[in-house]
Amino acid sequence: MQIQVKNLYHIYSEGMPYESVSLEDVSFEIEKGEFVGVIGHTGSGKSTLIQHLNGLLKPKSGQILIDGIDITSGEVKMSDIRRRIGLVFQYPEYQLFEETVHKDVAFGPMNLGLSQEEIDIRVKKAIELVGLNYDEIGQRSPFELSGGQKRRIAIAGVIAMEPEILILDEPIAGLDPKSHADILEMIKVIHSVNNTTIIIVSHNMGDIARLTNKILVLDSGKLVMVGTPAEVFSQADYIESLGLGLPPSAHLMNELRKRGVPVSRDILNIDEAEEELYRLLKQIEGKIDA
Amino acid sequence: MIRDITLGQYYPGDSWFHRLDARVKIIWTFIYIVSLFLIRDFWGYVIVLVTLALIIGISRVPLNFILKGLKPIFLIIIFTFVINMFMTKGTPLIEIGFLTITKEGLRNAFFMGTRLVLLIIGSSILTLITKPIQLTDGIEKLLSPLQKFGLPSHELAMMMTIALRFIPTLLEETDKIMKAQMARGADFESGNIMRRAKSLIPLLVPLFISAFRIAQDLAMAMEARCYRGGSHRTRMNGMRLRKRDGVAALLIILYLTLIIVQAQGILSLLMMSVIQLIQAA
Repeated sequence: MQIQVKNLYHIYSEGMPYESVSLEDVSFEIEKGEFVGVIGHTGSGKSTLIQHLNGLLKPKSGQILIDGIDITSGEVKMSDIRRRIGLVFQYPEYQLFEETVHKDVAFGPMNLGLSQEEIDIRVKKAIELVGLNYDEIGQRSPFELSGGQKRRIAIAGVIAMEPEILILDEPIAGLDPKSHADILEMIKVIHSVNNTTIIIVSHNMGDIARLTNKILVLDSGKLVMVGTPAEVFSQADYIESLGLGLPPSAHLMNELRKRGVPVSRDILNIDEAEEELYRLLKQIEGKIDA
Repeated sequence: MIRDITLGQYYPGDSWFHRLDARVKIIWTFIYIVSLFLIRDFWGYVIVLVTLALIIGISRVPLNFILKGLKPIFLIIIFTFVINMFMTKGTPLIEIGFLTITKEGLRNAFFMGTRLVLLIIGSSILTLITKPIQLTDGIEKLLSPLQKFGLPSHELAMMMTIALRFIPTLLEETDKIMKAQMARGADFESGNIMRRAKSLIPLLVPLFISAFRIAQDLAMAMEARCYRGGSHRTRMNGMRLRKRDGVAALLIILYLTLIIVQAQGILSLLMMSVIQLIQAA
């Protein structure tokens, strides 16, 4: 078990008139190499949860074990945790600050105290991994790049630390369709290289259904569902009652079912949808023939 | 961490003091600040402390919330205290090497330190019990007579409103960038002053860029809604003085009189004569 979260509680602005419980008794487990999606509507505690996973927030009570080591206890060195668990925030391009792309990506590895050669190798590798040409942009200012490129550089800054677990908070928010597809493709590559565990927060149910093998569903601070995409999205009505959507194909199937078309409940992508509709048509054809 | 700063924050509530007209509260704060400089001995502070205790008690702002606001200026208070303690000439009490603590110095140190603390507490109460918007409306109204002399009171108030409005936004932004850089292994807490100052660059550069971006967006949004400052703007909630504001004004006058009387030594004279009268009887 790589990540084990046990009975996590967190309260925002404790002791103030506007204090609010942001996490309530959250427990789950994640294995090495899993690709996990976190969904929930705004304010459900997604960001709070992932900030706990690399020690940026401290829980009120509960435990977070990474490979059996409790990171909520005071004895663990934060730098060790952050070396192993990379966190890419929402709109990460807003944290770029250096004069050149190279220097910015090198910021993380430098803080890890690596040697200069090692840093240079890692920076180059990370920039290539996010699909950019190092020789072309390495010495340019990060501020003259396009929005999608900036975001990739910011993600490269975290990847260069070579974390075993990579957490991304809405990595595709506000991107155009092409950058959107590119970034997801890039995340898939990172996942397959080194068998990195990925945790991704997103509102795009299509992406979540397609990429992940496990989904955590949060609602007002509580973990209300854990399961495979098929398990989670087959509960279409419940998911919609939480203010969440369904993957486009599942949504189509759900609407058809509501109109009395007998389609299956566990359809997640276009291929499955096509097959199901084909099967149904053949059935009807058979009936007409008979 | 960064959210601990309470200076300039509003503490929601619905007490008598919360509902007072902002203009009355601003004038009260002014008089309060002036009064602190009129006071010449510790007995004067007793009046101030009692007044503050009453206001804090009635407005139900938790005391530890107010005291937290003192944290950022703690260093200045200590500095004032130490400077006063060592630099005042008079009868020596203790001598440590070339430094001497005099009786007058010790008294001055406590006196000045108390004044500073009371100054901050008093003025932070103003923002704690007044909504920022009301506060700036109040300032605008109070400054409007000066418009005749060319003071752009509306523009000034608008600038203040915007500044106040964006304090929480920028704090949030700071918090976010700080966390993001910490996730990349940045360390803002250890090392000597030079190292710490340098470690702020990854925080300050993105913060400045964000601030400019926010300012630009806001300017655009205001222009898109045809904002042009000036005299023909009306407001949604007009300010009107009510009975309680009259009561408050009387209380302010009472407070100021007490302070002046005390500062002139008349109060102690009165007390003395009362004691003498009792003794005689």
